[in-house]
This record gives sequence, structure tokens and C-alpha cells, in this order.
Amino acid sequence: MEIERTESASKPAEEPVPDVPWVTIVHNDPVNLMSYVTYVFQTYFGYSKDKAKKLMLDVHHKGRATVSQGSREAMERDVQAMHGYGLWATLQQDR
Amino acid sequence: MAGYFEPVASAGDGRGGAAIALDEVEISILRSLATQLLELIGPDRAPGGGAAGNGDGGGEEDPLKALDAMFTDGPSEPPRDPALARLFPDAYGEPGREQDEETRRLAAEFRRFTETDLRTRKREGLLAVVRGLDAAASGTDSSGTPGAGAVLTLGPDESRQWLGALNDLRLAIASRLGVTDDDSTDSLFALPDSDPDKPMVMAYFWLGGLQESLVETLMP
Repeated sequence: MEIERTESASKPAEEPVPDVPWVTIVHNDPVNLMSYVTYVFQTYFGYSKDKAKKLMLDVHHKGRATVSQGSREAMERDVQAMHGYGLWATLQQDR
Repeated sequence: MAGYFEPVASAGDGRGGAAIALDEVEISILRSLATQLLELIGPDRAPGGGAAGNGDGGGEEDPLKALDAMFTDGPSEPPRDPALARLFPDAYGEPGREQDEETRRLAAEFRRFTETDLRTRKREGLLAVVRGLDAAASGTDSSGTPGAGAVLTLGPDESRQWLGALNDLRLAIASRLGVTDDDSTDSLFALPDSDPDKPMVMAYFWLGGLQESLVETLMP
């Protein structure tokens, strides 16, 4: 136990600060159908119908919704996928 | 224009197929819109893509296109055309707000590595639409009932391609019509018949109905 602790204590000096998570944000636009946006959230992210619908309504009413979070690479994949579906998405660090 | 997509059991696993009856005018409108957007998106410049023309017989290729194909990176600037800018938006930064230098750099880098693939994918969706329409139309010809239209039947994969392509078409048309918010959508309904945009507005709403009925058939 003590040895392990010593090792892990020395580790942070070599590693960069743990990544602040990134998020994928989908922005509202007047063209995308509500049913289509819900469909995209269900099929791409595998979200339940209820969760997908809630996110869709957030996009619609609040103008934006955070639809996923994770590493920057993962969020870039998600944003690219959203653009593929024609949704307006951006990624940013979750501050 | 009463035709909407209805679910049908597909040949494979019996899931996610769709069918629609389209008349000749509808087929030609859809085909024309898809072709126009294909032209706007432009030829395939991805490595190994159609415009690359590697090697033999290259003498007939446009030399500039061949040069383009040598650069595997995509563009770093957003497209100037507003419809294309909407189809290929920046991945970093707040929509409609001025970007700082770092945001611009990140958006440019993302675009360089993704836009070519994205264009290819959108092109493939639109080509699937054109192919489907042509297949449906030629099926009509062989049955010998000109002008009667055709029944278009889509498998699950085609349905998904059509769904994306219909959405891309609506995004592009909305950009042309200046649809920027829900209010400007409402004003489309009030457009007089004499307005030169009226046919495009009708096409926009019609495509919306098509897409709505198609997404219904695909809902998990």
C-alpha cells in the first residue's frame, strides 16, 4: 500500500493536469424538424426516447443543449457526426 | 402532393423500409433540387475520389482538378456560400459571434481534417436520392404507364440516406429563402402567390412533409 502510494504521489509531476471535460453543444435552428432532432439523438447517442426528446426541447426552447461530454477527441467525433446529420453543433471546454 | 412515406417491411430483416408514391412532377422537382445541391457541394476531391483521375487517360482531366486532388487536407475557411456555410459549420465558437484568434485556429484545423469527408458523405446521400428517383422512374416506363408516377421503395440504409439528404436540401433552401428563426418561417406561410419565392417555399414545406413522414418510419 505504501509503495503504491509513493508511486502514485510521484506520478502527477509527470502527467499534465487532468483534462477538463469537453462538451458537445447543439444549437437551435428553425429548419431541423423536432422529430428529426429527436431521432438523431436516439440513433447516434443511443439515448432513450425521453432523454432525446428532453434534449431536443432544450435546444428548441433554450437555443442550445449539451448533448454529450468527454475527451476533446470524442467531442470532435460527436460534432462531426452532428454536422453529418445537418445539426448545428460545436464543442467547447466545460467551464 | 399528397404522397408521404409509409413504413414497409424491408426484404432483409423486415425493419425500417419505406415507400412513397410520387408523380412525375414530384420526381422531377426532387431530382432537380438534389442535382443542384450536388453541383453546389462540388466534385469529389478526396484521395481516390472521382475527380482525382490518377494515371492513364489523365490527359483529358482538368489539370487544376488534378492539382486539387494532390492536397489531401480540406479547406480551412468556411464556405462563402451561405447555404454551404450552414451545411459545413464551424465546430468551434458561438454561432453568429465573432471568433477570437484561438477559436478561429481550432475551427480551421477541424475543418481541414473533416470537411472533405463531410462533403463526400453529403454527396453520397444526394446521389442515393437521384439513383432512387431514376430507378423508380424507369420502373414506371417499363410498366407502360407514362405520367402515372411511380412507387419508390427504400430499404433501411437508403431510408437513412434519404433522410439526411432531405434535411440537407431543406437547410440549403432555407438559407436561400433567408430563414433564420422561427419568425421568418412563419412569414413564409404569409407569402402571396405572386411572390417569386413562392415555388421554392412550397418545395420547402413539401420536403418538410416528406422528411417528417420518413423519420416516422425510422423511429427506433
